[in-house]
Amino acid sequence: MITHTLVKAGQYYDSVTLLQVAQTLLKLDGVTDAAVVMGTPANQGILRNADLLTPEAEAASPDDLVIAVRAMSKSEALNAIAYAEETLTASQRQETTQQSAPTPRSVSTAARQMGDANIALVSVAGRYAADVARQALQQNLHVFLFSDNVSVEDEIAIKQLGRERGLLVMGPDAGTAIINGKTLGFANAILTTPPTAGGIGIVAASGTGLQAVTTGLAQRGIGITQAIGTGGRDLSAEVGGIMMVEAVKALQADPVTEVLLLVSKPPAPEVAELVLETVRKSDKPAVVCFLGGKREPIEAVGAIPASTLERATLIAAELATGGQPAHAIAALRERNQGLKEQARELRSRLSRGQKCYRGLFSGGTFCYETQIILSKMLGKNRIKSNAPLSKAQRLASANVSEGHSAVDLGEDEFTVGRLHPMLDPALRNRRIVQEARDPDTAVLYIDVVLGYGVHPNPAGAAVEAIYEAQERLKRKKRDVIFLAHVCGTNADPQDASRQVEILQQAGVIVMPSNAAAARLAGYILR
Amino acid sequence: MAIQDLFGQPIRAVNVGLETFAESLQDQGAEVVSVDWRPPLSGYAALTTTQTGIDIDTANAEALERIRSGRPRLVGMDTAGRIIPGMGDRMILHAGPPIAWERMCGPQRGAVMGAIVYEGWAATYEEAADFAASGAITFEPCHHHHTVGPMAGIVSPSMPVFAVENETFGNTTYGTQNEGLGRVLRYGAYGDDVLAHLKWMETDLYPALRRTIHRTGPIDLRSIMAQALHMGDEVHNRNRAATSLLIRQIAPALIESTTKKRAQDILRFIDSNDHFFLNLSMAAIKAMLEPAEEVEGCSLVTVMTRNGTDFGIRVAGVPGAWFTAPAPIVDGLWLPGYSAEDANPDIGDSSITETGGLGGFAMAAAPAIVRFVGGTSELAIQVTQEMYEITEGEHQFFTVPGLDFRGTPLGIDVRKVMATGILPFINTGIAHKEPGIGMVGAGLVRAPQACFEEAFAALKAICRS
Repeated sequence: MITHTLVKAGQYYDSVTLLQVAQTLLKLDGVTDAAVVMGTPANQGILRNADLLTPEAEAASPDDLVIAVRAMSKSEALNAIAYAEETLTASQRQETTQQSAPTPRSVSTAARQMGDANIALVSVAGRYAADVARQALQQNLHVFLFSDNVSVEDEIAIKQLGRERGLLVMGPDAGTAIINGKTLGFANAILTTPPTAGGIGIVAASGTGLQAVTTGLAQRGIGITQAIGTGGRDLSAEVGGIMMVEAVKALQADPVTEVLLLVSKPPAPEVAELVLETVRKSDKPAVVCFLGGKREPIEAVGAIPASTLERATLIAAELATGGQPAHAIAALRERNQGLKEQARELRSRLSRGQKCYRGLFSGGTFCYETQIILSKMLGKNRIKSNAPLSKAQRLASANVSEGHSAVDLGEDEFTVGRLHPMLDPALRNRRIVQEARDPDTAVLYIDVVLGYGVHPNPAGAAVEAIYEAQERLKRKKRDVIFLAHVCGTNADPQDASRQVEILQQAGVIVMPSNAAAARLAGYILR
Repeated sequence: MAIQDLFGQPIRAVNVGLETFAESLQDQGAEVVSVDWRPPLSGYAALTTTQTGIDIDTANAEALERIRSGRPRLVGMDTAGRIIPGMGDRMILHAGPPIAWERMCGPQRGAVMGAIVYEGWAATYEEAADFAASGAITFEPCHHHHTVGPMAGIVSPSMPVFAVENETFGNTTYGTQNEGLGRVLRYGAYGDDVLAHLKWMETDLYPALRRTIHRTGPIDLRSIMAQALHMGDEVHNRNRAATSLLIRQIAPALIESTTKKRAQDILRFIDSNDHFFLNLSMAAIKAMLEPAEEVEGCSLVTVMTRNGTDFGIRVAGVPGAWFTAPAPIVDGLWLPGYSAEDANPDIGDSSITETGGLGGFAMAAAPAIVRFVGGTSELAIQVTQEMYEITEGEHQFFTVPGLDFRGTPLGIDVRKVMATGILPFINTGIAHKEPGIGMVGAGLVRAPQACFEEAFAALKAICRS
C-alpha cells in the first residue's frame, strides 16, 4: 500500500468538481482511497483522518490543489494522479453539451461545436472562399468548394494544403459530389452502395459530367461508392491535377471501390500523363473518359477509354457487374443502328432548307460532348458555340445561332445578374421559340437536368415554350424535330420518368443520354 | 490522415454560404452546422507567416500558454516614485494611450490637477492647470511603466501602489489603491475633500496594508479571481465577491498590523467599496499578459485601453506601437438624473480585464450585473460566447459555471477580429464628462474597429503575402 500526493500550486477548482473527480479515482484499479481537494486547513484535517496527509499535502496552502491517492502500487497511484489531472483539464471543455449553443460565426467555432465534423461546404463569394476553405482545412475538414471566381493561385495553395493534410478539396466551382451516400451541392438522388458492397468510385472534373454518369448508373440500378468532384480547373497545366490524383489514390486504397471511373475534358498533356500514371499503379479496372481526348495513352496504362459519358457509364456498369466492356460497346453499336433507322423516319418530317442543329444547353459538359460528337459526324469546324471547341467556331453573338449551333446557357454572358438556366427556364424558353422560328432549324435539342436545388419541373416549363413554338410552326406548315434528354433519376424530386412523359406528350423525342441525342441529330442531318 | 479515412464515416458537415446546401444535406439525414458567415473587414487577408519566417499560429499558441500559466500574486506595496520603473520626479502616469495635456478629456484633466496639488507642485487648482500646460510635467501612459489605473488612471510619485508579481515569469506590475465611489480623483474630482481622502490612503491605509501583506506573505490573486468568477464577479464591473474574499484573507493579519481603530476604519472602507479589488484584478491581469508581449510574430492583443479621448490597442507582434481611434461613447444604463449627454467617451485602463479574458469576456459568469449593463442573463451568455470567435483559446483557471465550467475566452487575435468583423466587448463604467462628478452609468461597448484595422495593416506589413 502506498500513498502519493501531487500538489499543484495556485490551481483553483470548485469543490463539487473536485468531489466528482475523487469519485472517479476510487473506481480505478488498485486505488483504495483518494482525495482531490484545495489545501485548506479543514481539508488537510480530512486528509489526516483518512491517513492521506503526506508532508507535501501538509505543506500545501489554501490556494493549492492537492491530489492524494492511496493505491496497491506506486504505478497505480501515479496513474490515478495523472488521470485526475486529465479529468480536471477536461472538466472545463464541454462546449457541445451546452443547451443554447450560439450560431457560430466561423468555421473553427462550428467545427468545435460539432466536435467531430469532417467536411465543410463552402459557397461564399469567390474572393472570400479560399480563406474560408483554408480555415476548414486547418480544422482537418474536407472541403466541398462550390464558389467560383477563386484565383488559380489560391486554388493551387489550398489544394496543396489539402494534399499535405490528407484532405479533399473538391472545387472551386464544384457543382456536386457524392460522399458516403450523401450528395453535396446540386445533387441527384443516387444509389450508393453500402460501405460493405463493391461499387464504382468516380472522380469528375465537371459537375454535369458527374451528374450524368451517376444518374446513368443509378437508373440502371448500379451503386457507386463515392463521386468526387475536383472542379473544372484541376486538370489544367497550372493546377496540375492535384486533386484528381489524390482522389484516384484514395479510391484505389478504398477496399469497397472495385471500379474507377474518371471524367474530364481532355487535360493538359503533362497532367494527363500524371493522372494516367496514377491510374496505372492499381490493379482495379479503370474507365477513363477524357471527352474528345486520345485513346492511346489511356490504353497504354491498362485503362479503358470511353469517348462519351454514356459509354463510360455503360462500360463501368459492365465491369461492376462482372461483365465485359465489349458487351457495352456492342450494345451501343446496336442502339446506334436503331438510331439511324429512327433518323431516316424523322428526316421525312422536315422540309427543304431545314438543315441546322440547334442545341440549347443548361449543362456545360453536355454542350461540350455534343460538339465533339457532331464535329465527327457533320464535319470539323461546322458546329458553332459560345463555348466552342476552338476559337474558329465561336458564335459571333451568343444570342444568335448560325448554322449548327450548340449554345451553353450556363456561360457567364447569360448568368451574370440572372439565375442559372437549371433554376430559371425563362431565358431558354424564349430561345426555344426564337430557334423554332428560324426556317433553317431542323433539330432543336434541350438537356433537362433534375435534382435537389434546381427547378421543380423543368420539363413542364420547357414544354410551355415548345407548345408555343409548335403553334407557330403549324401555321407556317413546318415541323421541327424536338429532342431532349433527361439527366436525373426516378428518385429525384422531379421524377425522371414523369419528366420524360411530359416531354413525350408534347411530341418531344426523349433520348436516354446526351450522346444518343447528339448521334440521332447527327444521323438526321448527315 | 488520408482521404480514404473519410469513406464510410457519417457525414458531419459545416456549411458556409448557401443555406439550401445545408437543408439538402439535413434532408438526407446528415448532421449539419451552419455558419452565420459575414464578409471580413476591409483590408483583411490571410496572414500565416512573418517575413522572418515565424508561424503566427505557433507564436499565438506560445503567447496563450504564457498568459494561461501566469500566476499573479500580491507581493508588497510602496510609493509609485520609489517602486515603479522609470517613474520620474515630475512625472504623472495616466490611463490610455499617450496623450498631451491639451487633448486630455475633462475627468483626466481634473485628476491631473488634483494630483499636482496633492504632490505640492502647485498651491491652487488654477496654478495646477497652468503648471500642467507649461510642459513642466512629463505625461506618460501607465502601460509604459507596467502600471494600470482605472478611469483617469492618474498615478503621481507620492501615491502608494500595490506590486503584483507574476510568479511564473518574474515580471511585476503596479496599481494604486482604489479610492471608493463618490468624489474621487479617478473620476476627475479634485478639491480638499478628495485630497484629504487621498492623504488618508497614503498615511493610514497604505502603511497598514503594507504591513499586512508582509505578514500574510504573497496573496494569490489568480486564485481569488477564479473563485470570484464562481461567485458572480467578472472582476471588471463587479468585484464584490473578490473584494470580500480579499478581506477574509487579510483581516486577521490586518488586525495584527495596526491599531484596532485603524483596522476597523480600513475594513469598513474596503467593505464600503465593492470595487476595491478592481485595481488588483487589473494589475494581476496586466501581469499575466506581459509575458505574451515578448512573443515575436504573435497577432494577439496585449493591451486595450482608453484615455477618454482615444482608444488604443497594442499587439505583441508589433512591439511598441499604439493603434488608436477616437474613444467611443458608451450607451448604457444611466444613474438617476444622468443621460448620454453627460457621458465622457470611454476611459480607463480597466479594459485590460477584457484583454485578459475577463470583464465583458466573462459576462456569462456575472448574471447579477447584466441588468446594470442593460441586458438579460441570456445576453450575458451570448456576449461571452461571441468572444470565443475572436480569441486564440480559453483560460485554464478562470471558468464559467453557467457554461459548464468552460474557460473564459482568452487572447484576442487581431486576425480573427478582422476575419469575423466581431469587435471585443468591454464592460465598463461611464464617467461624467465634467471633472469630479463621477460615475453616471455603466454599459457594454465594442472596441473601435479602426484600432484593429490599423493593427492588422501593421501586422500585414511584417508578414509574407
